[in-house]
Amino acid sequence: MRKRHIVLTLYIVFLMLPIYWLLNMSFKTTNEILGGFSAFPRDFTLDSYRTIFTDPTWYNAYINSITYVVINTVLSVAIALPAAYAFSRYRFLGDKHLFFWLLSNRMAPAAVFVLPFVNLYSAVGLFDTPWAVALAHTLFNIPLAVWILEGFMSGVPKELDETAYVDGYSFPSFFVRIFLPTISAGIGVAAFFCFMFSWVEMLLAKNLTSVAAKPIVAVMTKTASTSGYELGLLAAAGVLTIIPGAIVIYFVRNYIAKGFALGRV
Amino acid sequence: MNKTVNNKAWWLVLPVFLMVAFNALVPLMTVVNYSIQETFGNNEFFWSGTTWFEQILHDGEFHASLRRQLVFTGLVLLIEIPLGLAIALCMPRQGPWVSVCLVLVALPLLVPWNVVGSMWNIMALPDIGLLGKGINALGIPFNYTRQPISAWFTVVLMDVWHWTSLVLLLCYAGLVAIPDAYYQAAKVDGAGPWAVFRHIQLPKLKHVLTIAVLLRFMDSFMIYTEVIVLTGGGPGSTTKFLSIDLVQKALGGFDLGPAAAFSIVYFLIILFLSWLFYTLMMREEAR
Repeated sequence: MRKRHIVLTLYIVFLMLPIYWLLNMSFKTTNEILGGFSAFPRDFTLDSYRTIFTDPTWYNAYINSITYVVINTVLSVAIALPAAYAFSRYRFLGDKHLFFWLLSNRMAPAAVFVLPFVNLYSAVGLFDTPWAVALAHTLFNIPLAVWILEGFMSGVPKELDETAYVDGYSFPSFFVRIFLPTISAGIGVAAFFCFMFSWVEMLLAKNLTSVAAKPIVAVMTKTASTSGYELGLLAAAGVLTIIPGAIVIYFVRNYIAKGFALGRV
Repeated sequence: MNKTVNNKAWWLVLPVFLMVAFNALVPLMTVVNYSIQETFGNNEFFWSGTTWFEQILHDGEFHASLRRQLVFTGLVLLIEIPLGLAIALCMPRQGPWVSVCLVLVALPLLVPWNVVGSMWNIMALPDIGLLGKGINALGIPFNYTRQPISAWFTVVLMDVWHWTSLVLLLCYAGLVAIPDAYYQAAKVDGAGPWAVFRHIQLPKLKHVLTIAVLLRFMDSFMIYTEVIVLTGGGPGSTTKFLSIDLVQKALGGFDLGPAAAFSIVYFLIILFLSWLFYTLMMREEAR
């Protein structure tokens, strides 16, 4: 028993060290960072954070990122819901093929799609808007949401549907008033994964935007490459990108593990 | 669950079908188009058949990135799958610590991929980073911008940091789902911890392990952002994996044809290897 605790603690320390180092850097002055190695900030400063919250390039980038992540999450989950219901309740022409075709999109490298996406979204006039990124991310988020939701829905007995129809519910009112509340945990998990994959993705987000809708990841890479000495700023921006994830994870902690296990390959 | 045959269900699937088709088919057609044509600008295209495919398949650079990719993915799978499983076995099953551990363990998954790169970049700096300084202090020369071995070590360690938790969470979910009756039966039979693991836990985990191996295989085969931020594919091109090579070809030059042929070969390799993993593991499971 003892040994288990030690292994687990070591692993968590290993996970936390880089995050601590990032925090540590974000509270240091540039001089101290370049001055040499120190395990904790000697001249504690909030300057890096102050820059981010006052410079519109920085805080707008956060707003842009959150905008497309939210659009993507809402869109993916909303249109995946009826499809997942169809997959879990009915057999129809080509259902299995369709399901595997959807999942195969999860295997497509984003690098393959960069160039065609830029062409496609320029052609429909969405380039450099949050919509372009949100729609592009649905390529891998919709299949994932369908997969997770289908797993949860299959766990709900069919008698629930039948009883509701006998009681005189129409399909839409049954779906919204009875079915959705029953699988709310599943919706939470699906939304969590859509949020997560949209929030962490950079290649598409960066290349589908130029000025107006520039996401935080793009601003950060620019800082990283043009001025290597602004490490403090980079670290502070990094810390701020971890916070939304940490908040979301806290709310769904009890469902995360379940979400994976219930899906099927 | 027995399902009713009902072709009207297509109406429910239609929005998903249209969305994914718009996003997947149009770009794929563009890529296929480019891959078999030659252009001299002005939007004029000429049929070029399989020229680009032959060029890519004989391209030494492509072979080198493919080899690096296979070694990287192999290493990552060999470390992350056993480690994730081992730590899942150490996780508490009940009590107040469960949610604390889950939140802490899941945290790396929520960090944007470029931040993961920056974080390890800062962490591994040889003079002011905790890891770089630490290794140098042990008397081992370490500089990931100069030495290929240090760069590989950092890239693999970063991926282990980033993704082991995914394997861990999957295995944990599988472990929690094993009914207590199995453990009680094992106790009655006087089975030790190893026997419990070998004959109860491992067989029950086969399904989630299949998912874990597949997900880790696909995602590590597509790795781009973390590595580009950490090493930029360097030193030289020692950490240039397939996605990095492809993006350089597609966005850097105007070699649309070769880049498109590259994309198709790349995608087919992933599909083929995923299918192979899946069939092999399913056969094992059926046995």
